[in-house]
Amino acid sequence: MASAPTTPAAKLAAGTGDFFDTRIGAGKLVKEFARKVFPDHWSFMLGEIALYSFIVLLLTGTFLAVFFVPSMTEVHYPEDALPVTMRGVEMSEAFASTLHLSFHVRGGLLMRQIHHWAALLFMASIVTHMMRIFFTGAFRKPRELNWVVGFTLMILGLLAGFTGYSLPDDVLSGNGLRIADGVAKGIPIIGSYVSFLLFGGEFPGTVIIPRLFTAHILLVPGLILALVAVHLILVVVHKHTQYPGPGRTNRNVVGYPLFPVYMAKAGGFFFVVFGVLAIMGATLSINSIWNYGPYDPSPVSAGAQPDWYMLFLEGALRLMPGQTEFVTWGGYTVSLNILVPGVVVPGILFTSLAVYPFLEQWASGDKREHHLLDRPRNVPTRTGVGVAILTAFIILALAGSNDIIATHFHLSINEITWVFRVLFLVGPFIAFMVTKRMCLALQRRDRELVLHGYETGRVVRFASGEYIEVHQPLTDAERWVLVQHEPARPLEIGSAENERGVARPGYKKLQRRQKVSNFFFADRVEPVTPAELAHAHDSHGASAVEGADDHASLARPERESLEAGSGAQH
Amino acid sequence: MVKALAGARRSRFAPVLLMLLALLAVGGVYAIAAPTPAAADTSSPDQIAEGQKLFQANCASCHGMSAEGRDGIAPSLIGVGSAAVHFQVSTGRMPMAASAPQAPAKPPQFTAAQTKALAAWVATLGPGPSSPTAEQVDASLGDAANGMLVFRTNCAMCHNAIGAGGALSQGKFAPSLFHTTPQQIYEAMLTGPQSMPVFNDANITPEAKRDVIAFLMEQRADNASPGGANLGAIGPVSEGMWVWIVGMGALIAAAVWIGAKSS
Amino acid sequence: MSSTTGKDLTTGEHGTAGSLVNDPLAVGESAEAFENPGLPEHRHRLSDASPAGAKKVERQVALIFGLSMLASIVGVWGYFAFPMDATLGNVRYSTLSIGLGLGLGMLGIGVAAIHWAKALMSDVEQVDERHAQRSDDQTRTDAVQLLKDGAQDSQIGRRPLLKGALVGAVALAPLAFVVPLVGNLGGTWNVNAMRHTMWRQGTRLARDPDGALIRPEQVTIGSVWHVIPDGLNESEHMLEEKAKAIVLLVRLDPSELKVQPGREDWSWQGIVAYSKVCTHVGCPVALYEQQTHHLLCPCHQSTFDITDGAKVVFGPAKRALPQLPITVDDEGYLVAQSDFHEAVGPSTWERQRPIRGEDY
Repeated sequence: MASAPTTPAAKLAAGTGDFFDTRIGAGKLVKEFARKVFPDHWSFMLGEIALYSFIVLLLTGTFLAVFFVPSMTEVHYPEDALPVTMRGVEMSEAFASTLHLSFHVRGGLLMRQIHHWAALLFMASIVTHMMRIFFTGAFRKPRELNWVVGFTLMILGLLAGFTGYSLPDDVLSGNGLRIADGVAKGIPIIGSYVSFLLFGGEFPGTVIIPRLFTAHILLVPGLILALVAVHLILVVVHKHTQYPGPGRTNRNVVGYPLFPVYMAKAGGFFFVVFGVLAIMGATLSINSIWNYGPYDPSPVSAGAQPDWYMLFLEGALRLMPGQTEFVTWGGYTVSLNILVPGVVVPGILFTSLAVYPFLEQWASGDKREHHLLDRPRNVPTRTGVGVAILTAFIILALAGSNDIIATHFHLSINEITWVFRVLFLVGPFIAFMVTKRMCLALQRRDRELVLHGYETGRVVRFASGEYIEVHQPLTDAERWVLVQHEPARPLEIGSAENERGVARPGYKKLQRRQKVSNFFFADRVEPVTPAELAHAHDSHGASAVEGADDHASLARPERESLEAGSGAQH
Repeated sequence: MVKALAGARRSRFAPVLLMLLALLAVGGVYAIAAPTPAAADTSSPDQIAEGQKLFQANCASCHGMSAEGRDGIAPSLIGVGSAAVHFQVSTGRMPMAASAPQAPAKPPQFTAAQTKALAAWVATLGPGPSSPTAEQVDASLGDAANGMLVFRTNCAMCHNAIGAGGALSQGKFAPSLFHTTPQQIYEAMLTGPQSMPVFNDANITPEAKRDVIAFLMEQRADNASPGGANLGAIGPVSEGMWVWIVGMGALIAAAVWIGAKSS
Repeated sequence: MSSTTGKDLTTGEHGTAGSLVNDPLAVGESAEAFENPGLPEHRHRLSDASPAGAKKVERQVALIFGLSMLASIVGVWGYFAFPMDATLGNVRYSTLSIGLGLGLGMLGIGVAAIHWAKALMSDVEQVDERHAQRSDDQTRTDAVQLLKDGAQDSQIGRRPLLKGALVGAVALAPLAFVVPLVGNLGGTWNVNAMRHTMWRQGTRLARDPDGALIRPEQVTIGSVWHVIPDGLNESEHMLEEKAKAIVLLVRLDPSELKVQPGREDWSWQGIVAYSKVCTHVGCPVALYEQQTHHLLCPCHQSTFDITDGAKVVFGPAKRALPQLPITVDDEGYLVAQSDFHEAVGPSTWERQRPIRGEDY
């Protein structure tokens, strides 16, 4: 308030500002948030894609809800309406209104297609965002709770997708519902009742579409909206993580202010996301339900698949051999061929994701806050675990597409199924080993770079006749990125007896914990220390590159190449 | 054996009833199996002779000089009718080039006239389903909506909802119908080539077959995919691929641009 | 050498943290490690250096905003230009023009704003300090005291009767909401209904979907018929009944048909009828391969051998498809001898148990 406003616009702005400040203390809010700093990196925008596609989903969903009729009352499609292949056909009102809004509401088909593309993109960006969080360790303290919130959002996203996918009441999604019904019936003891609970009686009944509609437009998006708010508030509370770099420490955050830079960048990105989705909706057809026709329990079409994010469940159902269904004593049927792929596999996949931050912290015993992100190579076991989970997910999704793979690559569907059965069992382990080894190798290359600098390709000859290649040392900034990390190390649990030679209580438990800790952190490459660098410059000692590996378990053959150097004390 | 007949045999009218039933049965079989005469009457003796020559030069090595078939190599063609020959030869499936789980379609080896001649000669070997008339396959006379109902009940599980094709077991597949001619579609239903079942005229009536053709031709109409590129019309798997490659691809590129320093 | 050890659970000390053990933000500050070189020097952009450069960016941004406006107008034009007059072309062009207008309009705003931010707004990085999430000791003590005082005031600790009564009331109250909700969700809860279909003795077999009746002589070798019970299309619960009653009808060469023990009279001169509902999770097993006589489910590829009692030969299903016993009635139509002799569709927990009060 240096000077009184003079122009009408400035007066208006001052008046508005005063109005809000005197009522809700807007001045304090602006002062608090306007210069809040956000670090710049492309991978920090993945979550924004999810947020923005959700906003697009709300907007287009509102458009669709205006014209969609969530009713399973049977009607006959008008004889003069499009498409001609549906004229006079008996169908539910849900299907008829979807046809009507696609063919007889201007922009209706566009909104349907944007909505569906946005749903697919919503899940794709959530998964990519989760991958970024996982591989960079952004879930570590203090952000474990926000990881759980995000994880719940992913599950809600699946639910939102599945409930929406089934609304048009077409043959494809109807068969999807029927599979869901079959999986529900396979649950021991209460299966039949769960099926009745969902469908209000026998499948398909007349209530499932209205029920899904309520879930799809009220319950699930309401929960998503609430959790998105929590998710974002926690981001503000924690301040954003940042990648390691010169000047970036665990005690600061370096970046650009919310207003105006991030407002323009992140705000602009919303319009980019909306724009890309609208262009996809305008040019690429998606879920043309009139190809499948209204739901009828008899027909099914080749290529019967769910949307991509449910493909892993479909794949698990396809892979599981039927021999695993059996009848117990007393004549009760246990359908492991449904329970394992429908409940156990996703259960393991999801639970391991949800609890991972807590597991890793338990294994490291590290209770400090972590705001600097890990480079994935610097945490080989975590990166390996992540790639293993992804591998399992991708193999299952491919197995869920085995008929499409068979026709497009001229393969036998039976052989593909067998290949995937084997791959699902061994693939994740191979992926884990390979990834972990690659991470360790990359770290060793980082050491090499730090110790010896870049190869310049320039060869010089000394007076003595010796040839050497000139190496260019790294700048301080370049080196910092490669040496700043502090690898987590296996837990120390001391000896089994206390000072007086008495066995310590609970030592067995500690030993188990140490085993887990060893799995996570025993194999590692320590970053170069200033002392090592000075030594390397003095002696050109090539052996220093292999220097600082821990060799807690030398007996393991794959570790032999890592030997030498300053060991740990055990 | 069967209660109904057993009951009838005890009755005074049993012989009459049985006779009637037998007549009905014979009549029914004849109605289904009898060739539709339309195509047969257009073949001339010259054509038949040419067909025989072509057959003996190109097909006899597998099917035998008189089309009697050879065990384990090729089936007998006596009584398969002209429809089967026209379908197999005009789609290029026959002559078969190499052994495979099923004979793939390829560019046809014979001209339309030669194919007709071959079909005409095989049709003389025994009665079998013959090729449809132009009117029978005229999509404009069919009811596409009824075709949709028939197609999705009888065909979509193999050929996909609008005929994009699909997988069968052990490397076999149901081919795409996007480039199959109406006549070939009709003949395939009538004769059930390879893994495909036969849909005789009692199961899918000639009118319903024409409706199916109308439904399939509707997929080739201008702007048949009003939402834009149909992405192969194979459903959610290709849609999922597109959202990852195009959607996520474009937006990650945009994110990289946002995160990069301006020069 | 503490730098190579992990956290010691006996001492509670973290190897690297050294003296900073109680500072939750002390990461990467070991005395033996490299020193953080600090923020690099700021480099100027072209638009920072010259007013002409900045002017150029201004013109670019304005141009992109302009293109966005143009596109939005095209989108609105598309709404009016293509009425929904029951031609596919107009549906296509309406979708395309509105969509491209909307899309490019949005994209333009985004690209212009981002370009503006990147090239004109300050790109000098700013630094914010972080503070540990943990409240300081005084605050924590105060908070704990507040909670203690509150609990004290409520006297909940001293009056266990109140505690018990509160828990009991809160635990019971939701039941009056949940029980009616869940109780109504399942309709009649008559789960045994799924173990019967509308097939009865003498129900005629009819063609799906139009309901034409079927005579055995029409079912020629190599053909496959999709079958519903006669009268289904007029039944009150058409879809529910159809979901259970659909049947596949095939005639096999009697020499290829392996008749199952106890089912010698279930077929009619080589014609067999099997449930079309997969015993895995209930998809229609509709895909019949004429040469191998295999039935394939397009959902999960369970494969059933029609010649051998529709037993499973591949895939995730365990049980054979239930067979419908058929015969021919006085008028020469194919009819069912009875309902299926077992529940159709996916396995439920109780499917093999007898239904109380019913001879099943």
